[in-house]
Amino acid sequence: MATQWKPLIEKITSELVKSLLVAAWFMFLTFPLMVIRVHPLERTIEWRWMNMIYVGVGSFFLSFIWRYLMERKDGGNSKEEGDTWQKRVGLRIRSDKRISLSGLIAIGIFIFIFPFIFSSYQTQIMITALMYVMLGLGLNIVVGLAGLLDLGYVAFYAVGAYCYALLNHHFGLSFWMALPLSGALAATFGILLGFPVLRLRGDYLAIVTLGFGEIIRLILENWNEFSFGPSGIAGISRPGFFGMELSLQEHTVYLYFIMIMLVVLTVLVVSRLRNSRIGRAWIALREDEVACQAMGIDKTKTKLTAFALGATWAGLVGCIFAAKTTFINPASFTFMESAMILSIVVLGGMGSIVGVILGAFVLILLPEYLRAFSEYRMLAFGAAMVIIMVFRPQGIITGIRQRYEFHRNTQKGKAR
Amino acid sequence: MNKTQPALEVKGLTMDFGGLRALDHIDLEVRQGEIVALIGPNGAGKTTFFNCITGIYEPTKGDMIIHPRGKEPVRLNRLKPNIVTEHGLARTFQNIRLFQKMTVLENVMVARHCRTKSGIAGAIFRTPKTRKEEAEMVEFSYGLLEKVGLAQYVNELAHELPYGAQRRLEIARAMATEPFLLLLDEPAAGMNPKETNELDKLITKLQVEDKLAILLIEHDMKLVMSISNRIYVMDYGSMIAQGTPHEIAENPNVIKAYLGEAFDA
Repeated sequence: MATQWKPLIEKITSELVKSLLVAAWFMFLTFPLMVIRVHPLERTIEWRWMNMIYVGVGSFFLSFIWRYLMERKDGGNSKEEGDTWQKRVGLRIRSDKRISLSGLIAIGIFIFIFPFIFSSYQTQIMITALMYVMLGLGLNIVVGLAGLLDLGYVAFYAVGAYCYALLNHHFGLSFWMALPLSGALAATFGILLGFPVLRLRGDYLAIVTLGFGEIIRLILENWNEFSFGPSGIAGISRPGFFGMELSLQEHTVYLYFIMIMLVVLTVLVVSRLRNSRIGRAWIALREDEVACQAMGIDKTKTKLTAFALGATWAGLVGCIFAAKTTFINPASFTFMESAMILSIVVLGGMGSIVGVILGAFVLILLPEYLRAFSEYRMLAFGAAMVIIMVFRPQGIITGIRQRYEFHRNTQKGKAR
Repeated sequence: MNKTQPALEVKGLTMDFGGLRALDHIDLEVRQGEIVALIGPNGAGKTTFFNCITGIYEPTKGDMIIHPRGKEPVRLNRLKPNIVTEHGLARTFQNIRLFQKMTVLENVMVARHCRTKSGIAGAIFRTPKTRKEEAEMVEFSYGLLEKVGLAQYVNELAHELPYGAQRRLEIARAMATEPFLLLLDEPAAGMNPKETNELDKLITKLQVEDKLAILLIEHDMKLVMSISNRIYVMDYGSMIAQGTPHEIAENPNVIKAYLGEAFDA
């Protein structure tokens, strides 16, 4: 018995020693900052030895936990188990109508009563999160399904927003008229961007799309006669509700339900596209461009539809953004936005709809609710991102492909 | 079907990469329903030849013409790979190029792309036409998987399959484009004798049942000798011999290319 435990005990001792060393190193490093405090006016030095103990104990435990988790991850058990576990749960939810139905009803009721039980502020945050869900799902078509790394996605968002803002400013066009126009204009821009980058892949594509995003922003910033430059456009109308006058709070609730409706529409469309002839062509393009063409898929057409359809959602959300804030300027459409949306897709899980929705909620709501940590907010946010990427590099949820049942198959399988 | 009718005619095909001549005036013919093997040492230009025919490379000189059954002949020069496939020429790859993260069935379904029509609107609204087409696609693809013996793997991801099964899936995927001429690039590479034996049967089955013309690159001489009607031999970008398996086995040029010059002391 004793010999069996020996390697394990040795292992733990060595890990403990390593963690102790880490703790000692951190105590040394943070010594000048955490321990010594000089009061220049009183000309005294305060020695805060307690802080050193906190740092030591804290870093010791963190290091030990980190080592333990990394060990499990390297062993390969955690990932495999996690994946099959996820697959099992996913399949069970799909196959068992009772679970999926009751789950859907519960979520539906929660969504419906959300704006009435929570404050207007919470509803506003939720609207923002839902906007990013839509943006994420749109970019997911381009990046997650078709595998085209697009770093200038925010350009289409800006196109949609300015489309509504300008049409409303000059011609007094209503939100509902402008919404489809914004989507269509963004799709056109998607195709315009698509043409020059047809031959590009990977890093090169990323750089060109990044440039495209910046070009759109710079045009909006500098072409004063057209876009009113950095001062932006103010006084954009909110969405109308059959000509009724709504208070600000009612508008928020109204916009919330518009967003819910559009998100449901997006999920429906994207999930249908994903398992269609076009969707499979996108994924094939992502997996292997040469083989994809050799199997008779027109690369040009497939890439352009991906860019156009991805851009459409950004255009729609842009229109909503303009209606929500009633004021837009180019500062809302910086590269940071593109990076944020891309993070949502990567963190949530490329190609997975549920993953992207979760990713959007995590990335948009986390910084909001981390406000309690005030100045450490972005630090905690960054740490959360790093931890998710280290332990689930494939994203929170991995995309599950559609399964097919063949009864012929099972009969033959049994016969064999 | 007349077995003397050509399926593929290649005349004077030349391919230069900068100053390097990878293919030097290659002539080759595959007749309808015939199995032809293309052999040669590594680096002889066999895969380059395939890439030229399938439109991945654009050859410097020469003509490539296919004769789809019951249709006008098509000149392949300057056609895009997907158009070549639409004309009825399908291929597999030397280093397996499956769509790794798609299921086995989906891999085959993707290859139905050029034989189906439904578009974006059809996908979004799930029109009866789209649903019918989708159902037919699933049925057709499943039939192909049964044929190559992969029916038990339908819902597995392609990269989870054993090696030999991946090779067979590549063949099924190529078959889904409904070709009349199939190019196989080293289909037996890395297979064990049992798998090679099964592959032999499968290729013969495709020839007999689907009336396919097959052009294959292969290093496994036992397989080549047993299934080919005719053999072409390449070395350093030139065609050095052609003939029946028996003729090739005795051709001094071929022996020289494979084993080197005889050394007389």
